[in-house]
Amino acid sequence: MISFSITDAIEGVYLLTVVFFVLGLQRMSSPATARSGIVAAGVAMLIATLVTFLTPGLSNLLWIAAGIAIGGSLGFVAAKKVAMTDMPQMVAIYNGMGGGAAAGIAIVELLTGPNFSTTGGLSVAGGLIGAVSFSGSVIAFLKLQGWMRQRPITYPLQQPTNLIVLGAAIVAGALVVSYSGMFLLPFVLLALGFGLLMTLPIGGADMPVVISLYNALTGIAVAMDGFALGNYAMVVAGTLVGAAGSLLTLVMAKAMNRSISNVLFSAFGATEETGTTIAGAMKPIEADDVAVMMAYAQKVVIAPGYGMAVAQAQGKVKELADLLEARGVAVKFAIHPVAGRMPGHMNVLLAEAGVPYDRLFDRDEINPEFPTADVVLVIGANDVVNPAARRAGSPLQGMPILDVDQAKNVIVLKRGQGKGFAGIENDLFYKDNARMLYGDAQATVGQLIQSLKAMKE
Amino acid sequence: MISTTWAVLYVAVLAAFAGYEVIRRVPVLLHTPLMSGSNFIHGIVLVGAMFALGTATTLPEQILGFVAVVMGAMNVTGGYVVTERILEIFDRSKAKKGPP
Repeated sequence: MISFSITDAIEGVYLLTVVFFVLGLQRMSSPATARSGIVAAGVAMLIATLVTFLTPGLSNLLWIAAGIAIGGSLGFVAAKKVAMTDMPQMVAIYNGMGGGAAAGIAIVELLTGPNFSTTGGLSVAGGLIGAVSFSGSVIAFLKLQGWMRQRPITYPLQQPTNLIVLGAAIVAGALVVSYSGMFLLPFVLLALGFGLLMTLPIGGADMPVVISLYNALTGIAVAMDGFALGNYAMVVAGTLVGAAGSLLTLVMAKAMNRSISNVLFSAFGATEETGTTIAGAMKPIEADDVAVMMAYAQKVVIAPGYGMAVAQAQGKVKELADLLEARGVAVKFAIHPVAGRMPGHMNVLLAEAGVPYDRLFDRDEINPEFPTADVVLVIGANDVVNPAARRAGSPLQGMPILDVDQAKNVIVLKRGQGKGFAGIENDLFYKDNARMLYGDAQATVGQLIQSLKAMKE
Repeated sequence: MISTTWAVLYVAVLAAFAGYEVIRRVPVLLHTPLMSGSNFIHGIVLVGAMFALGTATTLPEQILGFVAVVMGAMNVTGGYVVTERILEIFDRSKAKKGPP
């Protein structure tokens, strides 16, 4: 006797949804297939949401529909309107929303009273991780949006304080499931507090690591909620994201040659290197001279950094690359994995400006080419091109960098004489083959374009 | 019969390996859409939030459930739109590469 219920139908849809999620991520291995993959995953998600309304015994359906309408339209409008340069904070805030939802689900589970069981434990874990991801992502959003200063915020005994808050949150959570619901509010507040305190000392340049980490945490919280609710789609999707996010976090940390704990707990950039002085001086150069150098070069490599994003110079940079290519100069872009404020940040900005993605080269691909490059244009990048990384004792020691100093000429476009995010002097600026072109990147690249245009063919 | 708890653990472990293997092949070029795409995928939390609100009986449960649904819906739509917009850029940037 085979019986087939509405519940079986819903489970079947969830199963297919999960298949499309995996396929969607798999198709992300090539830019040619990525878009179709995410569209398929989107359709699957839509159908999964719709069939959930059919779940037997589900009430408050109007409220559910209203909530989806409100959240959905807010998310849609904000995501459509935001400029590409503001993408990192958008990713952070949507991730925070997911973490908040996961925490909310877990708290609803815990509201039913003490429940000393696997389910209760998972709800505590899901609630803790979800809440940390929520408040942490909100702080990351505020920092990236510029509503809060990006430099690390530190105070005495910061790490012990954070550890005590985390420990207290875990104890409160254990008391919720084993003893009394009166510990629920303290549990939630402590968990939110830990996410906040943990993110305060993390600076702007470490954001690629932090955003990926909170993405992974939200995934894990969702998987735990799914475990507690008995929803396999949530378990699989959450675990997928947890694995993906963890991997990406490790890749980002490795790109800086630092451990995750070093990124999270060392307030990098709050301290300055002392005791080293660099011989030589920074040598300024005029835009006209740079234009001439590039016009008669064989190969020009452009190494962009966060400064390009701040100055919104990517459109001008693309125009400059086109002009050079029209003169027969080979132009390539050197992209450091952690340049910018989120993984892949520079790729997105340049692709949006219209730079074909086959001109964008990863650090390992482009590094062997620097010795044969006639001119390297460093635009708003600092720490990722600092040869101090090769020197023992430097805070950057061991960080794999773009070897721009090996090129025949290096032109550094920089707003002023200040130091990079890490507060470390850049040895590159003092090298014999390096010249400084000061000014806002958008304006200076504009001057380069004017000079090139004024030149005879 | 294997207990449900163990079954879910097996599923989770296998899903973690699937996630690792799939993500490992994503090129650096697509790290942003990968991140925002996986951000979208954990938007499945919306289904759990619908469940939480749909089975809520007391007022605090209903309020929390409603907030969770709103947040989950923002996660899903925002995550999707952001990812789609980024991938559309890469589509366009490829189109420009070809001969006019």
